[in-house]
Order: sequence, then C-alpha cells, then structure tokens
Amino acid sequence: MNLQAIKAIYVHEMVRFFRTLMQSFLSPVLSTSLYFVVFGAAIGSRIDQIEGVSYGAFIVPGLIMLSVMTQSVSNASFGIYFPKFIGTVYELLSAPVSFLEIVIGYVGAAATKSFFIGVIILVTAHFFVDLDIQHPGAMLAFLVLTCLSFSLFGFIIGIWAGNFEQLQIIPLLIITPLVFLGGSFYSITMLPGIWQTITLFNPVVYLISGFRWSFFGTADVPIIASLLAISAFTAICLAIIWWIFRTGYKIRS
Amino acid sequence: MPAIVQVSDVVKRYESGFEALKGVDLEIEEGEILALLGPNGAGKTTLISTICGISHPTSGTITVSGHDVVKNYRKARALIGLVPQEIALEPFETVWNSVSFTRGLFGKAKDDAHLESILRQLSLWDKKDAQTKELSGGMKRRVLIAKALSHGPRILFLDEPTAGVDVELRKDMWEIVGKLKQDGVTIILTTHYIEEAEAIADRVGVINQGQILLVEDKATLMAQMGRKQLRIALQEPISAVPESLGSYTLEIAPEGDALVYHYDTTNERTGITTLLNDLQTAGLTMTDLKTQESSLEDIFVDLVKEKP
Repeated sequence: MNLQAIKAIYVHEMVRFFRTLMQSFLSPVLSTSLYFVVFGAAIGSRIDQIEGVSYGAFIVPGLIMLSVMTQSVSNASFGIYFPKFIGTVYELLSAPVSFLEIVIGYVGAAATKSFFIGVIILVTAHFFVDLDIQHPGAMLAFLVLTCLSFSLFGFIIGIWAGNFEQLQIIPLLIITPLVFLGGSFYSITMLPGIWQTITLFNPVVYLISGFRWSFFGTADVPIIASLLAISAFTAICLAIIWWIFRTGYKIRS
Repeated sequence: MPAIVQVSDVVKRYESGFEALKGVDLEIEEGEILALLGPNGAGKTTLISTICGISHPTSGTITVSGHDVVKNYRKARALIGLVPQEIALEPFETVWNSVSFTRGLFGKAKDDAHLESILRQLSLWDKKDAQTKELSGGMKRRVLIAKALSHGPRILFLDEPTAGVDVELRKDMWEIVGKLKQDGVTIILTTHYIEEAEAIADRVGVINQGQILLVEDKATLMAQMGRKQLRIALQEPISAVPESLGSYTLEIAPEGDALVYHYDTTNERTGITTLLNDLQTAGLTMTDLKTQESSLEDIFVDLVKEKP
C-alpha cells in the first residue's frame, strides 16, 4: 500500500477545499440559515408539530442530509474529473499508485469535507432550534456512511463524465429531486394515499428517515430498512468502482 | 551493459482499429541519453505513454530494470519520471505544493531539502509560492520537470521538452539533462528538432508510423554525416572510368556526363587535389564542380520516406 500517495492525494484535495473556504463552508451555513428563516419561521409557524417534534427541529436532519449528499457528490466528482479535464491525470496514471489508493485519497477527502459541512449545519441549527439527539452513535454512523457512499457515487460520476455538463446533470436531475422528494422537509405520512407508496421507491427516503430516527427516535420506515438501504447503496457503489478498476473504464486505454 | 528499459514487440491498437505502435523493439541502456526522432503522429508519445503506464500495450512486453510495467507496475513506475508534452498543471496550486504532491504520489516521504535543491537548480525557488497559473509557459515547463524529478527517478522521459520553448530555456534544459546524465540518470527524449538530438543524445532512434526504423550511436550517424560527395561535370560524356583513375572511388552519373567522388571531411586528406590533377592528366575536361553533404536530416528524411 502506497500510504504516502494516499496522504498526498488527501492533503492535495483538502488544500483545494480550504482554498475555497468561503464557498465550501460559509455557503452551507448561509443556506441553512435561510432554510430556517423560510421553512422554520415562515412556514413552521403554521405547522405545529410533526410526530411530537417542532417543525423547525424536524427539518434539521433533512437539511443536513440535503447538503451532505449534494456536497459529497459534487466534491468527489469534481475532484477526479478536474485532473482529467486539465490533463494532470497523467501523474496519477504514471505513478506507482493503485486504483484503490486513488479512490481512498479522493473519496476520503470528499467525505471528510461533507462530514464537516454536516457538523457545521448541525451547529448552526442549534442557534435556531433546541435539539436533543437521542441516538448520537447512530447519528454519527449514518452521517459517516452517507458521506462515504455519496462520495463514492460522486467519484463514479467524475470518472464517467466526459464534460462539465455531464458532471452537473446527475446531481441536478437525480440527486436534488430525490432529496427534496425524500422527506427532507416533511414526514411521508403527510403525503396523500398513493404518493406514500410511490415515495417508498425513493432510496433517499430511507436514509433521511434513518437519520431522523437517530435524532428524535421516530421514523417513517423501520430503522432496519434504513440500514439496509444505506448498506445496499454503499455496496452498489463499491461494486461499480471495482468494475471500473477491472476494466480501466474511461481512465486507461 | 544490460538494458534498463526493454521494449519487446509492443503493439498498441486503439479501439478504432488504429495501430499506433506496430511491434516496437527497443533497448535503452542505463545512463544513456536516447533521442527519439520522428514526425508528428509517428508514435513517439504513444511509446512513452505505454512505457510509463498511461496506457497498456495491446500485446508485447515492457520491462523497466527487469520489472514488467503492467504486472509489477509499482516497482517499474517508481524508477520513472515523466515530463509530458502538453503543459498540464493545476492552475491554483502553488509550485511547492505541486512538486510535493508528485513526490508523495511516488511514495516518497517529505524531503524539503531535496525539493529545494531541485527548485533552485531549475531557477524556480523564488517562484515556489506562486500559483502555477501566474507563471510563463517556460516556467510552467520547468515546474513539470521539477515534478518529474521530485522523487529522484533513475529514468527520465522528456516528451518534446523544447517544443515552443525559447532559446535560453532550451540551453538550460540541455544543461540540466547533462547534469542528470552525470548523476547516472537515463534520459529518453522525443523531439523533432534534429539539432537537439545532435546536441545532447548518445544514441538516436528514428520512429515513423509506429515502427522504429533505426537506432544508432550518434557518432556513427555523425560519421555518415561527415561524408561528402563531389560531383564533377564533364564536357564529354564517358562510359567508363579511365584506368588511370582506378585508385579513386568514383561513380559515373547515370547520364555519363559527370563523375561522383565520395570523400570524408573528417580525414586529414580528402584526395581532391590529386584527383583533379589526375583528371586533367587523363584528358578529361571539367565544366563544373559541386559538393554536397548528407546531414542527419537527409538520413532522417530518407528513412521516413522509404517506408510509405
């Protein structure tokens, strides 16, 4: 294992994040605050409570998930796409580095960053609402797994993307709608009849529900289903990564 | 001396069916400077990419210091530094970080003193905190070289290092290459400037259309270059060289109206004076004299033309 190389990639990516500190960390704080103002104060004042939790607090897990998922995908995909775009990928290919080491470096850095964003949003939320996290261990585990699996997913998109449009299209057309429709801002029990069933096909529902359970002890779907969903998603991403590694897809001719 | 890089029957075929390398054999000796000459699209960059691991050969084998570049890629690549043809640098990264990154990728622990000496040698030390986008083209190329040297490679590939580079940097580059050679680094450079090959290479390889046409000591090539020919136009065509001139290596031009004499300018005596005297004695009248020399360029052009 070329640990120096993993470290080099990880540090290189983290330096890149810190170079764009304002954009990286300030924007999630700002957008979270805006969500609280708009959803929490304006709309929340008309909604009493959901499952015994004030609306302002109820949306916190969903807000964190929204940012963590989109940030993981965009950071990890950009991280590996950019060297391909500007040509510096030659270095990765000609260095004594295995594909696994490249994945650990890039995905590890992207996951670290989105983890910190998640924590920052959580801290910001504390200024607006009272939060009493019931299962901190599970909360942490869900957060870490989501950061990792969505960073893996982002890495795959970055490898696949042939141009900037393709790089944006999956986060924009798939991730964002799934997250917004995945119960970030509402409980799926609030949906009318048939939509409650349809929404169960949205994998993000399970992740948000599980994460919310770790906060308030209530969930839309059984916690075991949430655990299975996140594990299955991670497994699928790992399988695709393994396939890319085997075939050299879009990396090495 | 055993070859440090051994390329055996390497074929590189792309999905489109295009064969960029058609069974290349090449042995690169340890410590030498080998210049690979060839026109654009000859396969120079493909050959280098295949040795360095950027692409895998379709068939054939490549070993670096005995390590197969596909099966034992870690050991093989650890010995190699690559300076690509295209300038590719992350624009917002500092020179120092960029060079450190490469060293790390090659599995080497941090060594600030080593990096400092490389940057100083390449006149980049005062630019170490500059972002690479702020640098001029020549400076960027120096950064690429610094990156390639950051892990102390035994073999350095320079893919057209002086394409579009000013005279000063070109001279610096040759000087750096000379120093590296003294340290025992094997250097392979591609170029389409023949003067460059003449100036610094020990051996010259000519590649065209995915095939190596020739690999020769520069000295041997230079000897061919030193050869000149004297064309003596005659007033009256002749059909045979007069017997009295039998001791000279003379050819009769196809039309019989001229004699062609080959001589070596590196010899102490070229024999021209006595030949001209003897021609007169033999009763031949000369109307014109013309000398021609064959340059590496001619040899190159001939080689490249021969294979359609």
